[in-house]
Amino acid sequence: MKAIWKEKAIKLMLFATASTSILIVIGIFVFVGKEAGHFAVEPGLKELLGSRWIPVSFQKESFGLLPLITGSLLVTALATALTIPFGVGAAVYIAELARPTEREILKPFIEILAGIPSVVIGFFGLVVLVPLIKSVFNLSTGLTALAGAVLLALMAIPTVVSISEDAIRSVPASYKAASLALGASKMQTIWKVTVPAALPGIVAAVMLGIGRVIGETMAVMMVTGNAAVITASPFDSVRTMTATIAAEMGEVAFGSIHYRALFCVGIVLLLATFGLNIIAQKFLKKYRMG
Amino acid sequence: MRSAAAQTTICWFIRAMTYLIVFVIASIIIKILWNGVSVINWEFLTTMPRRGGSEGGILPAIIGTLSLALGTIIVALPLGMATAIYLSEYAKAGRFTRTVRLAIVTLAGVPSIVFGLFGLGLFVIFLRFGASIIAGCFTLACMILPIIIVSSEEALRAVPKSLREGSLALGATKWQTIYKNVLPYSISGMLTGSILGIGRAAGETAPILLTVAAFYLPRLPKSIFDQVMALPYHLYVLTTQHPDIEKVRPLQYGTALVLLVLVLGVNLVAIILRIHIRKKYKW
Repeated sequence: MKAIWKEKAIKLMLFATASTSILIVIGIFVFVGKEAGHFAVEPGLKELLGSRWIPVSFQKESFGLLPLITGSLLVTALATALTIPFGVGAAVYIAELARPTEREILKPFIEILAGIPSVVIGFFGLVVLVPLIKSVFNLSTGLTALAGAVLLALMAIPTVVSISEDAIRSVPASYKAASLALGASKMQTIWKVTVPAALPGIVAAVMLGIGRVIGETMAVMMVTGNAAVITASPFDSVRTMTATIAAEMGEVAFGSIHYRALFCVGIVLLLATFGLNIIAQKFLKKYRMG
Repeated sequence: MRSAAAQTTICWFIRAMTYLIVFVIASIIIKILWNGVSVINWEFLTTMPRRGGSEGGILPAIIGTLSLALGTIIVALPLGMATAIYLSEYAKAGRFTRTVRLAIVTLAGVPSIVFGLFGLGLFVIFLRFGASIIAGCFTLACMILPIIIVSSEEALRAVPKSLREGSLALGATKWQTIYKNVLPYSISGMLTGSILGIGRAAGETAPILLTVAAFYLPRLPKSIFDQVMALPYHLYVLTTQHPDIEKVRPLQYGTALVLLVLVLGVNLVAIILRIHIRKKYKW
């Protein structure tokens, strides 16, 4: 009889710990949303739609999120444009063309990159990439959206390579055999059969990579120059949403409008990554079923 | 794409792309190793920083990062393992299990700076921990929880069903079976994932920026309610906030190297452990 109670108690305890993940997610939305909610009441959400972010001013502060959102979008788009060819290319090479020993070395080596702390990558960017960009493109400063995008691409590549390679390798061998038997060349088989068959997995990999890119803070803050302007040029300095929170949170008064505005930025980030994640999971499910 | 020449060209092209990535990774590591190694000596590792970080060592930052990593794992490990045991051994397909899994995936995707905001709102302000080690540890624990859960569950699922059935058939209860016949074979796999989590926690900057890290604090913490310096934040401060960035360049390389060795070392331990397990248990 005692044993049964013990079993039940253990099961209940494990059940309770499993619920903490749900509680944390709810907690994140509540505690980030709470301050954003105060902002919605006091200056109102309309304030966020403005095109100028001037949180500290003697005349009139302005909390328009537009320059921050465009900053994040520009860096993310550039980083994605770099990540897709390199990430997918490397995945195809490792999965289909590399020799077995080469594969055993390459994949873990690229995955090391995922383990390097973002602040170290940012530091590398600052001492190597930023001067390089400055001299190659003949700019007055190398602290640009492009520098941020290159570093972000570096950080997204291991995710994309790792998941895409798994997806490509899980394409049934019979597909390839059939294609080769019909007289297609090795390259034709890879691009017309294997990669399309693995596409849902590759799309999911890219989505997860982009999710990481949007949320990255330190490396971007260190090399993009942090000017809150609306621009589409990779050679301009930009300020992303993540960098804004990290740079300004240390200086704001608790409970001020500026403080609450930063939580609004947090909510926008949270919703963006949440959305990307849900889409990625849909694609992942598709490829695991197929 | 028909001709053999075109095929070879494409093959060389993506090979070049792959090795370009490898080259960049290698150059990051070599650059920091090359410039950092000459800075590191006993004094650098074991003394307090002086004059706002322009001179002296990085001891408080090392101690800070180690205590944060330790505290984080104390919070996250039991939670993560218990959740994994529930999901792999007890959970039935249904709404609750689906919700837990959705929560884990969501947590894994939340940007680290948003974890910082959450930690600031909940632990620092609402629970009145202040900016402290404990607030930082709880925040980092929330962040690495998904890593621990996912890898622990994988380790549990790798144990063959027959081991459970054999134990149950002999009259053992479910928990006895898990405790005596499943956990012993999966515990090292569960630890591997947790070690990767520690590496992540030790290298993160954004969450601790808002919950614990001190800009310059040349003394060691006395309790878990103290602020501490931390390696990643110290590197950030030296490279972007210091009044004379060029002059402290060697200290930046030294700090970066210590951080890199710490994080990659932790990851290396996990990789070696994983290879060892694969050899030991072949079902």
